[in-house]
Formats: sequence, C-alpha cells, structure tokens
Amino acid sequence: MQSSFLNPLVITWFINSTLHFSTPLVLAALGGMFSERSGVVNIGLEGMMLMGAFMAVVGTFFSGNPWIGLLAASISGGILGLIHGLISVQMKGNQIVSGAGIILFATGFTSFMVFGIWGIRGITPSVRQLPTVTFPWLGAISPLMVLMFLMLPISWYTLYRTPFGMRLRAAGEDPSTLDTAGVNVQTTRLIGVILSGIFAALGGAHLSIGFGSRFVELMTGGRGFIALAALIFGNWNPLGVVLSGLFFGFLSTLQGSIDVLPEFSFLAPYVQFIAMIPYVSVIIALGIIRRSIPPKAIGVPYIKEREG
Amino acid sequence: MKIYAVELENISKTFPGDVKANQDITLRIKEGEVHGLLGENGAGKTTLMNILYGLISRDTGIVKIYGKEVFFQSPRDAISVGIGMVHQHFKLIPTFTVTENVVLGAEPLFANLESRFEKRVIKTEIPTGVKGQLSRFGRSAARLVTGTVDRVSPMSFGKAKSKIKQIAEENALFLDPDSKIEDLSVGMQQRVEIIKVLYREAEILILDEPTAVLTPQEVDELFETLARIRKAGKTIILITHKLREPMALCDRITVLRDGKFVGTVEKAQTTPEQLAEMMVGRPVVFQVSKTKATPGQPVLRIENLQVKDDRGLLAIKDLGIEIRAGEILGLAGVEGNGQLELVETLWGLRKPLEGKIFFEGQLIKRFHPRKIRERGIGYIPQDRHKRGIILDFSIKENLILGAHYRPPYSMGPFHTILNPRNIIKDSNKLVDNFDIKIRDLDSLANTLSGGNQQKVIVARALAFQPKLLIASHPTRGLDVGATEYIHQLLIEMRDEGVAILLVSADLDEIRNVADRIAVIFDGRIVAVKEPDATDERELGLLMAGHEQEQVTQES
Repeated sequence: MQSSFLNPLVITWFINSTLHFSTPLVLAALGGMFSERSGVVNIGLEGMMLMGAFMAVVGTFFSGNPWIGLLAASISGGILGLIHGLISVQMKGNQIVSGAGIILFATGFTSFMVFGIWGIRGITPSVRQLPTVTFPWLGAISPLMVLMFLMLPISWYTLYRTPFGMRLRAAGEDPSTLDTAGVNVQTTRLIGVILSGIFAALGGAHLSIGFGSRFVELMTGGRGFIALAALIFGNWNPLGVVLSGLFFGFLSTLQGSIDVLPEFSFLAPYVQFIAMIPYVSVIIALGIIRRSIPPKAIGVPYIKEREG
Repeated sequence: MKIYAVELENISKTFPGDVKANQDITLRIKEGEVHGLLGENGAGKTTLMNILYGLISRDTGIVKIYGKEVFFQSPRDAISVGIGMVHQHFKLIPTFTVTENVVLGAEPLFANLESRFEKRVIKTEIPTGVKGQLSRFGRSAARLVTGTVDRVSPMSFGKAKSKIKQIAEENALFLDPDSKIEDLSVGMQQRVEIIKVLYREAEILILDEPTAVLTPQEVDELFETLARIRKAGKTIILITHKLREPMALCDRITVLRDGKFVGTVEKAQTTPEQLAEMMVGRPVVFQVSKTKATPGQPVLRIENLQVKDDRGLLAIKDLGIEIRAGEILGLAGVEGNGQLELVETLWGLRKPLEGKIFFEGQLIKRFHPRKIRERGIGYIPQDRHKRGIILDFSIKENLILGAHYRPPYSMGPFHTILNPRNIIKDSNKLVDNFDIKIRDLDSLANTLSGGNQQKVIVARALAFQPKLLIASHPTRGLDVGATEYIHQLLIEMRDEGVAILLVSADLDEIRNVADRIAVIFDGRIVAVKEPDATDERELGLLMAGHEQEQVTQES
C-alpha cells in the first residue's frame, strides 16, 4: 500500500494533473489581477474563460491549427474585456452587474453557437489539441502550462518594474492621484481589463484544446470563480496568485484521484469538503485573518468632474 | 508691457445642479510673483485653479500662459507647459515610496537615463478640418507606439532619487526618498507634493490651502521653502481662506466671493480687515463674544484610556481628561494623533482596550451608539457625509434619524410604524429654530449647501438635549457666516450647562471658543492650558510633540 503512493507513475500523474488543473486557474487569476489592481472588479472571468474555451475550438476547427484557435480565444477574451471595460470604466456602470452580464452572455452565446455551427447540442466534435512535450516526472506539458510559469516573472516585472505597472497600481489605489499626475485613468484601467480578458480566455482555451480536445457546454464549471478565489487568496500579487492557483489545482487533482486511483478512494467521503476549500480559504483570508488587502479604489468608477 | 505668467479671462463654470462655481472671473498673475487667491470655502478658488490645471473643463473664457492661449484637455497638458499643483487633499499613493510617487506619470526609464519627460509644444489652436484631424491622428499613432514601448520598459530610479535629493536640499524639504508615504507625517507628505511639482520643472506652482493641515512650526518651514522657490524665479499661486498667509507671503492678493471676482490688491496697500471685508462682503468681528464659563459638576471623566485604530495600532495611549458641565474643552492637535479614535470611542463606534469612561459619575460599560446617545451624549461628526447625514434621504428623515425608533416618531406595536405627522411637526420646528434654508422638508439632503447640511446635523444633535456634546471639526468647510452661527450656538449651549468637547484642527477656533485647551499628541493629553495663559507658538510646539519643559525653556 505504502509503496504505491510513491510509485513514479502515481507521482507523475499527480504532478501532471495538478499542472493541468492549475493552468486555467492561474492564467485567469493573473488576468484578473491586472483588472483588479487597476481598480476594476472582474467577476466576468468565468464568462471570459468559457468564451475562450469555445473560440479556441472554433478557431482550431476551421483552420485545423490549434495555434489559430489560441489566437481566436485571446481575441474573443480581449473583446469581452473591452466590453466590460467600456461598461464599467468608460460608462461608469456597476462592475458587478457588468461582470455578471458577461457571464450570462458567454454562457448563452457559446451554448447557442455550438448548435449554430455544428447542429448538435452541448458538445462539439473533437479538434486538434495543442502539441505537447513529455518530460519524466512531469508528464505531457502543453504550451499554456509553460506560459503559466512564464507569466509569474512577466507579470511581476510588468506590475512592479514598468511605468505601466506603476500606473496600473496607482489607478487601483487612488485614481485621482494618477489623473493629476497627467495619466489617463480610463485608458490605464481599460488596458488592465482587456489584459484580464485575454488571459482568462487563454485559461479557458487550455480546458478545451490543451487538456481536452473539444468544447462542452458550461465546461468551465465555476473555474472562473475559483480563479477569483485564487486572486484574493493570493493577495492580488503575482507570486501569491500563482501559488494559490497551484494549490487549488492540487485540490482538484485530489478530487480527481478518488475516481482514478484506487489508493485514494478512502477520500471519497470528503470529496465535497475538498471542493469547498478554495471558497472557505478566501473567507478566512479576507474576513477572519484579514491577510488579504484589496486595492483601495477597487470597484469604484473614477468620476472626474466634481464640485471642488 | 510685461508678460503675465497666467491670464484667466472671463472664466465661467457651472456644475450640474446649477451650481455657479465661477462667474466671469478675470485674473492676471505676473511672472515671479506670489499671488494669493483668497476667499471663503465655496468661493470658487479651487474650481478656478482646477480649470487652470486642466483637471476640469471651463464653460467659457480664455486661459493664457506666458501670453499664449492654451487649451488644456488634461493635467498632462498643463504639466507640459510648466504648471504644477499641490492639492489640498494630497494626491499621493500611500503604498508607494516617495520616489515612486514623485515620478508617477514621468517615470525614468532604464534605457533612457535622462528623464523622458519632454516638454511638449503648447497647443495654440484646436486642430480642425480633415487635415488637422489626420495630422492629429498620425501624431497620436506615433505616440501610441513609442508610448507603449516606453510603458513596458524597465524603470530606473537612481537618477530620479538624486534629483529628488537635490531638489530637497535646494528648497529645505528634507526627507528620505525611499520611505513609504503611509509612514510619513502630513507635513512630510506635503513636502513630497512640492517635490513632485518641482521634479516636473514647473515654473508656475499652485498651492491649494497648503497650511490647513500643518502645525504653526510646519507652516513656518513651508514659508521658508516657498520663499526659496520664489527666489528661483518661479511664480506661485497660493489658495487660502486664512488672512495671515497672504499677508505674510504674497505680493498681490485676489479675492473671490460666491464664484465672482471681487478685486485684486497690492499687499502693501491693504489690511487684514479690508481683505476680510472683501471676502465676506461685510465687516467681520474676529473675536467671538462670550462671558466667562461657570463650570459645574464633572460630566465626563476619562481615565487611562487606550484605543486601537483601524490598523490595529494603539492610537490612544493612556489618555485622561475631564469635562465639566457648562464648559467647552478644546482638543487641539495635529490630525491623526488620536482625536478621531477618541471621538469614535465616546460615540460608541469603537471599544476601548483599557481604561474607564465615566459619564455623570457612572461607568460606561456598553459601547453602542444608541445606548450612548440615550444617556445624553450628542455628536457633531467631522465627516458630514460619512457619519452625519444621508444625502439621499429627505431633510425630515435626516432630522429625526436616530430618534426614529421611539415615540413620538414611531408608533404601533414595538414602535414599528413611523408617525409622519409628528415627524413633520418636529422637523418644521427644527428648521425654524435653526434657520435652516430649505425648499421643502421632502427635498433630499444633497440639495442643501454645506452650511445648511451642518445645521441639520447640529439641530438633530441638540434636539436630543444632550448633556455632553462632542463637536468634531464642527465648522470645517463652512463659510464665515455659518461658522459664526455654530460658534455662537456652542457658547449658548455651554451657558445652558452643557459640557462640550470641541475637536478642531483650527487653532484660532479653539482659542476663540474653548474655555480650556487640551493638547493631544501621539494619543496622550500632553498639556491643558487656559486660552489666555498660552499663545499659538506654545500650542504649536506642544502639538508637534515638544515636552512642556522644553517649550517653557525655549520661550
């Protein structure tokens, strides 16, 4: 019994599976970080992921090339981000309502278009997956998994070492300060929200053409919200977000292992409990130990002309 | 003819809700002068300067900088022609360092060690026609590409830091470029703001009420800095509603009243009395008339109080005071030394960590706003909109808020139904008694002016007939008329035997109104003085944390 836990195959499966489950979470959460650090709440991540997953399959189906699928996914995510940005930044609408609208739209649009394009309900035909390279211990690694790890230094550098990142953080802390420093708050926030759409869509694309090879209706299954949880649990900073994304991915793997590996069937009674951990951890981080400190101006549209 | 640094001609600005903030104001500022812009709160000074800084748009009028007409679309344009503004509420990111705040919007890049902040050509006309639009489009496309590359290039703070140090030394603005804003005192934060402006090589500096948050000593230091900046040939515009400052510093003074231009005078040819009259529109009495207090029994006694602030740090450390019936105790101190926490504890919004609070000899055990109010403690909050009034509620609702749950304002089983007749009757009475200017009782509180909103709050607080009134910055943002009214009211209350705790950042207010002055520093009462037995200098030193012995020695 003991030895089967340390079986190389089991370990490889565990690592590979964790990476697979983490990739969509981490990409979407890092995307969300760009939006929320600029001061715009993005609960629409779920919808942007779903749209990305769908458009990746559409792009791949019609071109035969999964890279085109990836491009289609990121463009669609960018557009959803732009819409969220136009509503909540430019038009100063309610960010929660706009985000919820994005989710509803993406859900309806993808389900409808599956039928519209292929004439079948709920599931698309199989398309080409993104190519993978197999490593010992790690298993088959797909490009988006590599991107997930590259995104840690890239987003850290962008956020803390470039003028853009500094402006982004300033927009999320105190937009009027940024405005008086001669920087356009709207543009800064808009870029942040568009970035979040692109990365969330790439995360979604991993589900459809990285992990699997087809789009299934509602296939994100709440991962956008777990990504939001990872964003909060990771305290809105790149390292924290990646680590909590990996942790939540590991929890998903643990859940999955119950069905796949007989050694883990003893966890079966606790499967609901494991599924709950991401959400509970957010409540603990945010409310009870107050370790998570959100950007100060988050969720507040910047209104310029006010009586002085 | 000498060229003016700034010319504002016939500027008008109306805000939504038909608030005429600026009406046909013409103002000319000479190069190299210190120009005071004087007026009461709401006179339109800040609006006018925000227009000059490109922060808000104007409805009509012309702006000229060094003789050339300009059209600012954002502060960026104003910065590029050499205008810098220090806002009354500092524009600093608390989690950033000094250097990061200074360079924000003009970030130094690693690749191009020189500051990338190039001065752009002053726009002399708004581009029109197809050709104009095209060239504008071409320029913005080119800017977009170079700009995007710049925005994601690595930053380098080395040069910026040495430039900050140099500016700091030249202008007596000593500070550490690496410290975080949230760790700095208000006075230090203001230095960061001034450095920010000088870093962008501004030639025209606008300072909006720079002394409002400073101790008298810090004010002196600020004046020293401004004198040096002026010596360097720069033009300074000083917005203020105090008379001492323009008289000490300015060459010429322009007075605004109710959004209109009143006049520009040479300092040498005017007096504080004349300025005050221009400001208010009628002669002003500086001293509040009052008789000597006749204190009675102690109403409030605080012993060894300790309270934490929002960050979990001790804001009040071992504080003790006593207030008697029929006296006004003024609490003087630089903001952020525990005043807010003390007031919020007395109001039941915070729970003390240690210590005892006795009200009329009884120990307060339950810190709950309703229980405390029912004991007879009234409260005028410092932030009207946050704690005092609900802007989207009607005036009558605001007037009975807090008493709404009991007769005569509610009736029926468990007092679950409001009684509109009594609410209207008593609201009308309050509106009459306190001379609140309203259209009707049902209009929303946000239709009232600041002074009338404050009257609603005061009327409500006094309607409870409190035995102790806590007035926290009761005249902040009010004009001279409303301020006089509130002061008079406080003194009347005192004469009727109410104990009053007056918290204010305005030393003049405290010295005029209070019967005793307690100075708070770092969560402790460091001294209690009689107004006649002390002066502004001594109070200032105590507020800045100097020990009593030191203060006495130095005088």
